[in-house]
Amino acid sequence: MAQTAPTDRNVRQVSGLAHVAWRPSWAWLGVLPFFAFIGAFLIWPATEIVVLSFLDGRGQPTLQNVRDLGQSFIVTSYLYTIELSAVTALLGGLAGFLLAYAVTSAGMPRWIRAAVLSFAGVASNFAGIPLAFAFIATLGQLGLVTQGLRYVGISIYPTFSLYSFWGLALTYIYFQIPLMVLIMAPALDGLRREWREAAESLGASPWQYWRRVGLPILLPSLLGTMVLLFGNAFGAHATAFALTGGGSQASVVTILIGAQLSSDAFSNPGLGNALALGMIVIMALTITLYTWLQRLAERWLQR
Amino acid sequence: MRRASYWSWLWLILGSLYFALPLLATFQFSLLAKKGEIGLTAYASVFRDSGFAASFAFSFQTALATIVISALLIVPTTYWVHLRLPELRPLIEFLTLLPFVVPAVVLVFGLSRSYNRTPLTDSHGGLHLLLIAAYVVLSFPYMYRAVDTGLRAINVRALTEAAQSLGARWPTILFRVIFPNVFVALLSGAFVTFAIVMGEFTIAALLAQPAFGPYINLLSSSKVYEPSALAVVSFALTWASIGLLQWLSRGVGQSQLGGPR
Repeated sequence: MAQTAPTDRNVRQVSGLAHVAWRPSWAWLGVLPFFAFIGAFLIWPATEIVVLSFLDGRGQPTLQNVRDLGQSFIVTSYLYTIELSAVTALLGGLAGFLLAYAVTSAGMPRWIRAAVLSFAGVASNFAGIPLAFAFIATLGQLGLVTQGLRYVGISIYPTFSLYSFWGLALTYIYFQIPLMVLIMAPALDGLRREWREAAESLGASPWQYWRRVGLPILLPSLLGTMVLLFGNAFGAHATAFALTGGGSQASVVTILIGAQLSSDAFSNPGLGNALALGMIVIMALTITLYTWLQRLAERWLQR
Repeated sequence: MRRASYWSWLWLILGSLYFALPLLATFQFSLLAKKGEIGLTAYASVFRDSGFAASFAFSFQTALATIVISALLIVPTTYWVHLRLPELRPLIEFLTLLPFVVPAVVLVFGLSRSYNRTPLTDSHGGLHLLLIAAYVVLSFPYMYRAVDTGLRAINVRALTEAAQSLGARWPTILFRVIFPNVFVALLSGAFVTFAIVMGEFTIAALLAQPAFGPYINLLSSSKVYEPSALAVVSFALTWASIGLLQWLSRGVGQSQLGGPR
């Protein structure tokens, strides 16, 4: 190989300097800029949050910040966010699965499938402030659907409010479903036709096929994707901000953190760190669970 | 062989309704700015507003800077990992997934704490750099996956050896051999990054940067119909960038995940 000669020389030079068993090589230098960058702008800030969560204002170790998370408004906010994320992951996941099932089912024209998948790609990236505005124009007090229903004699306000839990949930589901469709469509394609034919030739009804074959095979990717949707909703900030106006009562955790950061009157920086730490812990658990389920899914589908 | 069942069509129709209605409503609402008639008044007033052009240009430049820096970091790193350090691949994969673990609001919180009272937070230019750095981090998952897929499709080792036997040095190999070969893959990563940066609100707003996302939000406190017009513009922009991405990565099995929430 042409490039081995200079490398060997480099290795010899370096190990000559180092005088240790560990033989460093110049090859590591090639990835240094990337590691330096991600270290400076992601790892260090995240570590800082973790460390500062356990320090008080004078730099002494303390558990007070973590204990402060027990305040009722914070517990309420965490529970609210977890409930919102779980509900939208479940409903969005279910709807997304049905939609993915519909477009991948045999006999569905190919152009419909292509159109739905490419729309899902767009819609999963369409979120935040513009999405909130779209729902205000739809289900706000003056929204198209609200007005239309009023025209036929149904008044959804004040029973329903876009700025309430279910309004927020309905808006979040708009970016949850496309993500589910994007991930589940390939998984549904992975179900081999022979399995279904084998089941049918043994006399299974479609329901029996899904109950005994299809769903069990898909279970890991189904659950895994729903876990991902949970994290997806849990970290959302802009959408909720635009809908609730950043008010900190009865709101999601991301808004609490944003409010801690932007308010000058903020007196307890340790609490902000602990709030952020809580988020990192929940997100890390989520991604770990997702990765594990995804690996399981890959193994099951390969066989 | 078999026809699609009625259930399939039912789910499809329900889904289409749910997804089409908000877009239709936004569009319809944006046309109502002039009392008693349907027209493009809201769009005209948006495009005339100097804040629109300024914030749009700001976000556009930020997006370009993000893409360039991200490409300069990801392409050489991924190339090097393919060529020399395959044992680092799991680590790089893990690191590029981290931006999903640290939500944007937590990232900006950590950044402003870590760089408190440094030139990065003391001046407007510094904050802009910090914003770009945060966006580069957000772009890693998409850029890395795109470039990794692109490099898998070519024979990195053979290309490198061929270039070396012709006397090429590392910069030449990187910029005249590797970059052109992963260009299409890179572009698909770039379009997701573009869509994300153009619509991003959280980080820009919390760093007090005059970006497009905060501008849309700001407008909603003073105007009624214009925000809807901007939402339509923003959707068109997302559609265009993701559409270009999908067109570029036909057959390449590109996976996209969520954008700015």
